[in-house]
Amino acid sequence: MPAIRRTFHLLRSSTFRLAAVYLVVFALSVGAVLGYVYWQTLKLLDEQAEATIAEQVQGIAEQYALNGVPGVLAVIQRRSRLDTGGLYLLTTPVGKRMAGNLKALPAMALTRPGWIRFVFGVETPGGLRKHSARAYYTRLKGGYHLIIGRDVQQLHQFGKIIRNTLFWALGLTALLGVGGGLLLSRNFLRRIEAITATVRSIRGGKLTRRVPVDGSGDELDRLSAALNDMLDQIERLMKGMREVSSNIAHDLRTPLNRLRAQAEDAMRSGDPQEHREALASTIARADELLKTFNALLFIARAESGQAAQGFGEVDAAAVAREISELYQPIIEDEGGRFVLHVPDEAIIQADRQLIAQAFVNLLDNAMKYGVREGEKPDIEIAVEKTGGKVRLIVADRGPGIPQNQSEHVKDRFVRLDKSRSKPGSGLGLSLVSSIARLHDGELTLEDNRPGLRAVLTLKAKGA
Amino acid sequence: MHLLIIEDDKEAAGYLVKGLNEAGHVADHAADGEEGLAMAREGDYDVLIVDRMLPGRDGLSIVRALREEGDNTPALFLSALGDVEDKVEGLRAGGDDYLAKPYAFSELLARVEGLGRRKTAEPVRTRLKVGDMEMDLLKRKVTRAGREILLQPREFKLLEYLMRNAGNVVTRTMLLENVWDYHFDPQTNVIDVHISRLRGKIDKDFDSPMLHTVRGAGYMLRA
Repeated sequence: MPAIRRTFHLLRSSTFRLAAVYLVVFALSVGAVLGYVYWQTLKLLDEQAEATIAEQVQGIAEQYALNGVPGVLAVIQRRSRLDTGGLYLLTTPVGKRMAGNLKALPAMALTRPGWIRFVFGVETPGGLRKHSARAYYTRLKGGYHLIIGRDVQQLHQFGKIIRNTLFWALGLTALLGVGGGLLLSRNFLRRIEAITATVRSIRGGKLTRRVPVDGSGDELDRLSAALNDMLDQIERLMKGMREVSSNIAHDLRTPLNRLRAQAEDAMRSGDPQEHREALASTIARADELLKTFNALLFIARAESGQAAQGFGEVDAAAVAREISELYQPIIEDEGGRFVLHVPDEAIIQADRQLIAQAFVNLLDNAMKYGVREGEKPDIEIAVEKTGGKVRLIVADRGPGIPQNQSEHVKDRFVRLDKSRSKPGSGLGLSLVSSIARLHDGELTLEDNRPGLRAVLTLKAKGA
Repeated sequence: MHLLIIEDDKEAAGYLVKGLNEAGHVADHAADGEEGLAMAREGDYDVLIVDRMLPGRDGLSIVRALREEGDNTPALFLSALGDVEDKVEGLRAGGDDYLAKPYAFSELLARVEGLGRRKTAEPVRTRLKVGDMEMDLLKRKVTRAGREILLQPREFKLLEYLMRNAGNVVTRTMLLENVWDYHFDPQTNVIDVHISRLRGKIDKDFDSPMLHTVRGAGYMLRA
């Protein structure tokens, strides 16, 4: 049973189907070519026989014109004795043989002169044999029947040989085709089955499995390699997703838990003033949570590219000036130093709100984390135009970020230990990073010696 | 004011009606789009508060339909979709203001009252006057009790917005949107610093302060 099933499986494979279609086409063309040859050859031989017969008919007709029936009789008698393959018969009106090497008239209705085919018996050492004949029939004056023809058995035989060859050729083609197709499919199928088996086991949960690559570099091998690349990418993404969801779980659970604890605590207390304060703080905490949610949603939308609708020409230098004007007072009020370096104009293709938001996030970060204990903020905002790029820079003189962490902090919810004590969602830099990606740009965190230098590199308009 | 709330979340609508009643307004409630549109057509409302996602007919198409019929009752959109693009879409459909859920009730109240005032057609004015403070919009000059006060361009804009909304609460978000044109919330309370600087210029040397902080809501300018 398994063998049958395997064969059946082979027959259903696409390679085999392809081989079968090819085979049919090939067999049809072979058949057509051989058939044409067969038909042409037979036609030619037939024509030759007819020509020979026609010549003799001509000769006998001349005799008949000169000497009448007796002349014909003499010619027939003479010719019948020669063994040239010619067939002759002259009979009386009632069909009695007068001369010729044929025994009797063929068993068919002979009404008017013309070409006929018939079968006649030939005495051979092995007994009586039937041969085919091609002949011209005519009726002489007085009702005498005259047949002049040739034994075309050899011609017939020849046709049979060609026919047989044709069938054998077709049969062999079919056999070889089917066999070759099966062989080809089996090899192909074995490799496809290997891929299918791998995919099944990955679906079954063994995510580290990979499709075998045999190094031949053929299309199947390239497909396998591409599948493996895709699987690697999926694994990376899934790992990322798992990290994010466990981070979300942690970072949302913590504030939710605090919120709940506070509400419970207030409920136990009987003091209305305390109730009021607890409620106000609950609202504030809920707002914080919602901000985190919104930031997450925004990042998700930015990463799916949905937010790129409001793009237009934006002067990054002007945005930097506006943002500076918004933030300068608060930094100065804290006794800090604030510097702005911008060119007259730096046009980029962007969403003004998002660029402003990126600046604001970086500035919030600089004010929150970019100040050493006991020191005043020292913040620089700059816009630089170089070689088709526009760089938006927010730099501080704080503790900075260790170089080996500068990629990691852009991930969602990542908060370095030093900043854990301060409020924040851990989404600020992820948000800026996703704004950068949405603008086909990049956020890099450099060492400001000392401090952090956040650089948002975007394409200049027309670059 | 007479208000219509079109909102399918009955609980949220209940809080809104209660809050608006307490603030001295009369609020009707429609729970789906078709009912809301019918009520807006029949009733004489000062402001419509319209949720964007509704069963039957969405908020955008309600306001669009009203505008096509020549009904220009101010409309405030409420939506769980908080992005800038969604706001722009809402305003394009004929909405006059947009508030993302969740919102603080004080924010909603300030905006609804702002819209209600706008309906009582404000003539084009070149001078604003609140108490003893005067603003000349053409000469860009501000005086209080006859003394000129020198302001930065942005401070001028900030004061202008406060004067136009004198006697009413304006929230920090409203200021950020209308004076700076930013439609997102910074973590740092940057607005407070600007207000305190403005206060230093318009209130410091005078007996009675005009720029008041409304706790938990925003600011108010009054004589």
